[in-house]
Amino acid sequence: RRPNHDSTDECPKRKPKKKQNVSADGENQEEKVTSGSDSGLRVSSQVDEYEQDTSDEEDIRNTVGNIPMEWYKDYPHIGYDLDGKKIFKPIRNKDELDEFLDKMENPDYWRTIHDKMTGTDVCLSDEQVDLVHRLQQGKFGDVNFNEYEPAIDFFSNEVMIHPVTNRPADKRSFIPSLIEKEKVGKLVHAIKMGWIKPRRPKETAPQYYDLWAKEDPNAILGRHKMHIPAPKMRLPGHEESYNPPPEYLLTDEERQVWEQQDPDERKLSFLPQKYLSLRAVPAFSRFIQERFERCLDLYLCPRQRKMRVNVNPEDLIPKLPRPRDLQPFPTLQSLVYHGHSSLIRSISISPSGQWLVSGSDDCTVRFWEVCTTRCLKTMEVGGPVKSVAWNPAPSISLVAVSYGENVILVNPGLGDRLICSATDQLISSYEEPEEVKDQQVQWAVPEGKAQEQGQRLILTHPKAVKQVSWHGRGDYLACVMPDDGSSLQVVIHQVSRRRTQNPFHRNKGAVQCVSFHPSRPYFLVATQRYVRVYNLIKQELTKKLMANCKWISSMAVHPGGDNVICGSYDCRLAWFDLDLSTKPYKVLRHHKKALRGVAYHKHYPLFASGSDDGTVIVCHGMVYNVTACFCFSSLALSHISFYSVREWCVSIFSPQLFGLIDVYIANHIYSNLGCIVTITLPTLSSSQVRKASSSFALTLHCPKL
Amino acid sequence: MGGLQKKKYESGSATNYISRNKARKKLSLSLADFRRLCILKGIYPHEPKHKKKVNKGSTAQRTFYLLKDIRFLMHEPIVGKFREYKIFVRKLRKAYGKAEWGTAEKLRGNKPGYKLDHIIKERYPTFIDALRDVDDALSMCFLFSTFPRTGKCHVQTIELCRRLSVEWMNYIITLRSLRKVFLSIKGIYYQAEVLGQIITWLVPYQFAHDHPTDVDYRVMATFTELYTTLLGFINFRLYQTLNLVYPPKLDGKGEEESRAESEEDYAMDSERYMEVLLHLFCHSRFSHPCFGSLQEKLFEGLKFFLNREVPRESLAFVLRCFGAQVSWDKSLCIGSTYDVTDETITHHVVDRPSLEKQYINRYYVQPQWVYDCVNARMLLPVEDYFVGVTLPPHLSPFVEEKEGDYVPPEKLKLLALQKGERPEQEEEEEEEDNDDSEEEEDEDQSDDEDELKGMEEKCRVCRPIVLFQASSVKVTPGEAKPVNRQRAEQEAKAEEKRLAVMMMKKRDKYLYDKIMFGKKRSVREANKMSAKRKALDEASKANKKKKLKK
Repeated sequence: RRPNHDSTDECPKRKPKKKQNVSADGENQEEKVTSGSDSGLRVSSQVDEYEQDTSDEEDIRNTVGNIPMEWYKDYPHIGYDLDGKKIFKPIRNKDELDEFLDKMENPDYWRTIHDKMTGTDVCLSDEQVDLVHRLQQGKFGDVNFNEYEPAIDFFSNEVMIHPVTNRPADKRSFIPSLIEKEKVGKLVHAIKMGWIKPRRPKETAPQYYDLWAKEDPNAILGRHKMHIPAPKMRLPGHEESYNPPPEYLLTDEERQVWEQQDPDERKLSFLPQKYLSLRAVPAFSRFIQERFERCLDLYLCPRQRKMRVNVNPEDLIPKLPRPRDLQPFPTLQSLVYHGHSSLIRSISISPSGQWLVSGSDDCTVRFWEVCTTRCLKTMEVGGPVKSVAWNPAPSISLVAVSYGENVILVNPGLGDRLICSATDQLISSYEEPEEVKDQQVQWAVPEGKAQEQGQRLILTHPKAVKQVSWHGRGDYLACVMPDDGSSLQVVIHQVSRRRTQNPFHRNKGAVQCVSFHPSRPYFLVATQRYVRVYNLIKQELTKKLMANCKWISSMAVHPGGDNVICGSYDCRLAWFDLDLSTKPYKVLRHHKKALRGVAYHKHYPLFASGSDDGTVIVCHGMVYNVTACFCFSSLALSHISFYSVREWCVSIFSPQLFGLIDVYIANHIYSNLGCIVTITLPTLSSSQVRKASSSFALTLHCPKL
Repeated sequence: MGGLQKKKYESGSATNYISRNKARKKLSLSLADFRRLCILKGIYPHEPKHKKKVNKGSTAQRTFYLLKDIRFLMHEPIVGKFREYKIFVRKLRKAYGKAEWGTAEKLRGNKPGYKLDHIIKERYPTFIDALRDVDDALSMCFLFSTFPRTGKCHVQTIELCRRLSVEWMNYIITLRSLRKVFLSIKGIYYQAEVLGQIITWLVPYQFAHDHPTDVDYRVMATFTELYTTLLGFINFRLYQTLNLVYPPKLDGKGEEESRAESEEDYAMDSERYMEVLLHLFCHSRFSHPCFGSLQEKLFEGLKFFLNREVPRESLAFVLRCFGAQVSWDKSLCIGSTYDVTDETITHHVVDRPSLEKQYINRYYVQPQWVYDCVNARMLLPVEDYFVGVTLPPHLSPFVEEKEGDYVPPEKLKLLALQKGERPEQEEEEEEEDNDDSEEEEDEDQSDDEDELKGMEEKCRVCRPIVLFQASSVKVTPGEAKPVNRQRAEQEAKAEEKRLAVMMMKKRDKYLYDKIMFGKKRSVREANKMSAKRKALDEASKANKKKKLKK
């Protein structure tokens, strides 16, 4: 099949094509062949007008048409001829045997075919057989037909003198198209309006060039003032190596911890791993994620300028004078006073500096000689002693002791006998006034044993007395009975006239402690948060000091009278300068726990604070700075006091749990004198006490004993 | 008095910041476009000092941009281009929907594009600024150049990244400015010094990526767009400083020519392009003897041969940076210059447990040797790196140990080697040193213990006396205690410091405590590490002994 022939000549093609189609199936093929051969026969016998017309290939011998011939199977005839007469089947009855014999004997059997239309057997001629063979091979029926005739180029480039068709030209071929005109008009309009742009010429400029050719080093945009450059990626450490030192690998426990942690909490974002060779290292599975996260950080993460503190921590420590240069101050534990069997609540030193009195929970008051730690006198009272105070007047030998609701005034009978007897005389010389006022406190004179012990007066208060405090001249005594709801919290006794007065008529909060001003007629009252300073002569409030703390525990007034320190239960020590302000000049927070007691030294600029954390801190406080000089630890402090009578001796007493009083003294004076004596002290049976006391050196540096 | 009452949030920091949504609305951009713009222009959110004030009293989480930044964005011509592109996409979609192929083609021909040159110039006014920021650009380009050329991003981008990264490496080789290399589990870190700027970048190992699903490739692509532009300009400038033509000519053909091949054999062409690129950097024809100090001539005169299993590109890059000659098997890649059989080869880099055919006159070393030599800036003894030998740990060259930090013993050894000491002696000394330092540390740790011990001693001294004294009060001459003056002085100093610390101001104290906490933690960690190492060493020693016995 040549497709090129299809287009060029149609006429010769038609017949063979049909025949080829037919040759595909068996039975029809033979029929058509016979009809073809018959038409050839017919040409010779009958000449009619339809000779050339091949379209009518109707079989004219039998007019039944193209029907299945089985329909005439049961009839004697097989159809009708042109004249309408029956065509009878040939009279023969060939059975299978005849057929077989015929097949065996007849040499032309293979070229004999049965014509179903006429019912006759036709023997094909040689030409016909040849034709069948050719058709079966897919060749043209005509032997002389040349399949490969040269094609005549009909529509060629050569201009013929005659037109191909003689058809007159359409009207539209010579009248310009309106539709096209419209379209072009639209395009022109669009171009004019700039809606259609001509195709851009391809850019010829190089992709990269010297961008910074004309760079101006000072050209920094305004925006860049606020610019915070992104930090660079963190550089990898040893643990990221493919072959790290073994200590960088995680142990099983660490690995478990790592796995359980939240990815954000992990210190390392990956598990360190060790590979024996570079060949064994696999791809890092989170590589793209990490790069992506970096991208996100770069454009999504809010940036903030953070001042990195690049300080040497040593620079932060304040430059204070060396404690050594600030001496004297107590540095060594030198004396321990054993004797009390329970907590010591309060101590006081005699104005002469020779004696020490201590009151304890074991219901005793003990009098000690300071230098020798010898207990000279023990006095039992009717309850746990809350407070003791030695009369500050050197001409009077009296000690106020408070226990329960009572305050007793004791003449210890120590020291100068003249003074003692003078004191006794002073007390006994009291004459009852004519008009006895009804007082809230009852004054009584003890008798018998109590008198022998030295008790001179007993003052019975309506409530428990917490603190007693002497006025500097030694005639007045203030007692504190803390009670939140009552106006009777502080009473002031005048010993010489055995009179009691209640200075305050209104309750201003629970009073914690009181103190007389050493030089001026002031009276300081510390409530929970404030220290009130009253003028006793004018009888008015002079100042109210705000302590900036939650609960004042103790207070001390400097002997000069200008400074006050307050200790509080919230670990603060507030230092007031009365001349400056009602606010603290300085607040120190060097204790870890509540402060229990504070004390001033009389001559040196020292103050001490004792706290529940078991430490006493001695500070050297000048106006320009405060330096902590010395800190020592002891157990459960309750009350501390400076020993500041003799110039050469700076010491601090700190009573401890289980009845010990430690004395720390400044050692340099003693060491100058160069006499070292070891003294030993009787110990207590309690193992706890031994533990506490044995941890200190028991060496006293002392000039003389 | 008088005057209008001041309203809240109408001045001050509240007006200096703008929230992201408001900024987006102000610029009338979609979120994606806004994001793209921020990436390209380098606009990032700021954390205000007083968030509540800025947030108009609310404490809700919000990201804030500087209002000035947003105003600055309003003048950006690229915003217009974004809009044009959006319109273009809409038109194209419409044309396709209506099957108007002509229109579609015309539209595509007029596809709007934009250039980032002015943005680069604006973000980096000077060349040094640009160099300072090139770290991320390099890492990104190296990552993108390893992507497969299917999906995820445009092939052109990958090729461009590859080209730029190869050009960069070529420059580094030419200038010999590579300083440090580190093989990590993530990839290979390189650090180079270019015009005084320290530049570090990370190259992944040559493996196919399994692309994660939780990564937005559009963001990455935007960054890459910016980074390729930046890197291209930087490369141009760097090549210019060396008086070299940019882009470098490949194999006699200009780059343009090689790209302009017909599109039919495109795949083959692009592959060939890659190889040719490789060739470029494998044989940089320019050698600048003027550059390069002694350290940069580390491998000068050595001839290396790379076996086929080693990472060829990385090794070739590193070796060439230090002046070595490199070659590999001819069948592996183009650019091999000499054969295995060459007698003058000095080092053969192998990464397999054993090698059948070995030549006598060359060292067979593992690749780590090359990297360790580079980091140590000296030729290390090859014995530790022979084929089949357990390698010494590979240390990070980026770690600079401060005082008190943990230093692995290998590093100490290396430092000693650099000083020129012999390794054997050093080991012993080192051990001694270690012991000393540990003792010191012990001392530090056991200060409290010492105090306790002292107390106990005192107790011992006291007790008999106390017992003796229980019977009668006596005064005996005391014993003079020997006083360790140094110790006493130290104690006094420590006490002094303690007291001074006690007197610190509250603010200073807070800071001081924080610093001290950090210090203590680092000391603790260092101690932990050294203890771990000690235990491991002992365990390994015991193992060795066992083996010997067997």
